[in-house]
Amino acid sequence: MNRPPVKIRIRGLRKSFGDNRVLRGLDLDVPAGRSVVVIGGSGTGKSVLLKCILGLLPADAGSITVDGEEVVGASNATLDRIRRKFGMLFQGAALFDSLPVWENVAFGLLARRQLDRAEARERALEILARVGLGAEVLDLFPAELSGGMQKRVALARAIATEPEILFFDEPTTGLDPIMADVINELVRRSVEKLGATAVSITHDMASVRKIADRVAMLYEGVIIWEGALAEIDRSGNPYVDQFIHGRAEGPIRVLQMAPADRAVRGEPSRHGP
Amino acid sequence: MNPLAVTGRATIAVSRTVGGIAFFALDGMIRGLRGPWYPRQILRQMIEIGYYSLPVVGLTAIFTGMVLALQSYTGFARFEAPDAIPTIVVLSMTRELGPVLAGLMVAGRVGAAMAAELGTMRVTEQIDALLTLATDPLRYLVFPRLIAGMLMLPLLVLVADVIGVMGGFLVSVYKLGFGPIEYINRTFDFLEAQDVISGLVKAAVFGFIVALMGCYQGYHSRGGAQGVGAATTRAVVSASILILTADYMLTEIFFSR
Repeated sequence: MNRPPVKIRIRGLRKSFGDNRVLRGLDLDVPAGRSVVVIGGSGTGKSVLLKCILGLLPADAGSITVDGEEVVGASNATLDRIRRKFGMLFQGAALFDSLPVWENVAFGLLARRQLDRAEARERALEILARVGLGAEVLDLFPAELSGGMQKRVALARAIATEPEILFFDEPTTGLDPIMADVINELVRRSVEKLGATAVSITHDMASVRKIADRVAMLYEGVIIWEGALAEIDRSGNPYVDQFIHGRAEGPIRVLQMAPADRAVRGEPSRHGP
Repeated sequence: MNPLAVTGRATIAVSRTVGGIAFFALDGMIRGLRGPWYPRQILRQMIEIGYYSLPVVGLTAIFTGMVLALQSYTGFARFEAPDAIPTIVVLSMTRELGPVLAGLMVAGRVGAAMAAELGTMRVTEQIDALLTLATDPLRYLVFPRLIAGMLMLPLLVLVADVIGVMGGFLVSVYKLGFGPIEYINRTFDFLEAQDVISGLVKAAVFGFIVALMGCYQGYHSRGGAQGVGAATTRAVVSASILILTADYMLTEIFFSR
């Protein structure tokens, strides 16, 4: 069986916030065209991992290559070029609340200056249709939408530029189970339609089973298990077993709080591309 | 506690902040000037700062002009020189009170809003989202605000100068018994272009300070709603202090000419 080339290769990635060592020498390969889901408890540094790959947080040590190009220590210009391959769905949607829906969706297209505003609006309508939204939302502002609709608009924004790589940060958090399934379905379809490489992070097992080709488990700053989705139920790894069955008892030490997540939300990123 | 260590730590903290702000300002200006430009954003900020601050600045100016006329009358009537009032009002307004009061009012209105907006964008990951959409937040968010602050505050001050003089005029004519034509003539008798220009230069610097502190504090805010609140407070306080400090230094420079 021929293996697809590696799209994102991570070796020995380290990232600390003060005394809090969040990532402690993490290794991970993301094969091109596959959907990898990173699972792990709250505060284990899943968001930090995504932000390090995007260069939104500078890594302390290690190497991250995207199509063979190094992200760690790259110049702003290089980072800007690499980031153009990505689309990201943020946990809280992170829609620009000063802009109407269509401008949010078309933001990446307008930033690339390939289209004028009228064309961009047309494109936004097409892209919104793919996530099941119609013309009636075009001129609404993000604050006027429900949580599920915001997630859809954010998904539309992430796929608008037809990126090679899609990141999904907790795509179903804060949604009811039905809406969560709708979003999972949309994520799955978007990835397949674009033929994109996808990296998602979640602790929602329903989501994992729906969108993953491969699963990697992050615990104490390293990937402790990685395999195909089908293998997850017979991984033979007590940590993975405890996590996927959601048991309080087991080898995973439950942290008292989640310093990593807090650090990420507030930590300013490097200035710009 | 070792007093040396405490002093050292405070000194390092201050230097780091000052350096951080200076670097942020330079980075914002250089990257912004290099482009790509976002004229839509610049225009939006110009309207926000210039147009929507008019009522606040106008009210401040008219009452300041009125108070100036009353207070200087109280003083100058004692040595029989009430004729000096128009000159005092116009010089105080153009050289000093116009730019400083407009700067402080805009710091409270616009600086706070900038810090809150950018701070919210930071904690809700909108700034990260900009980066993933191939848009530099320094070019898209910070530069338009810096430019708009620098361009619009002088215009506001020009309006404030006129309104302030009008305030002095109203009080002098209707309360202190000046002749209207005499008042206006005296206003312009000793007024030089440099008085107005020095005030406008001050205004440009203050506008930059307000926008810079609003953007810097917002951009670097952390920790949710509380963090955004703290950033907003810091933006207003630091901008106000910097305005008063810069005011003295600029006056010193203009004074020696």
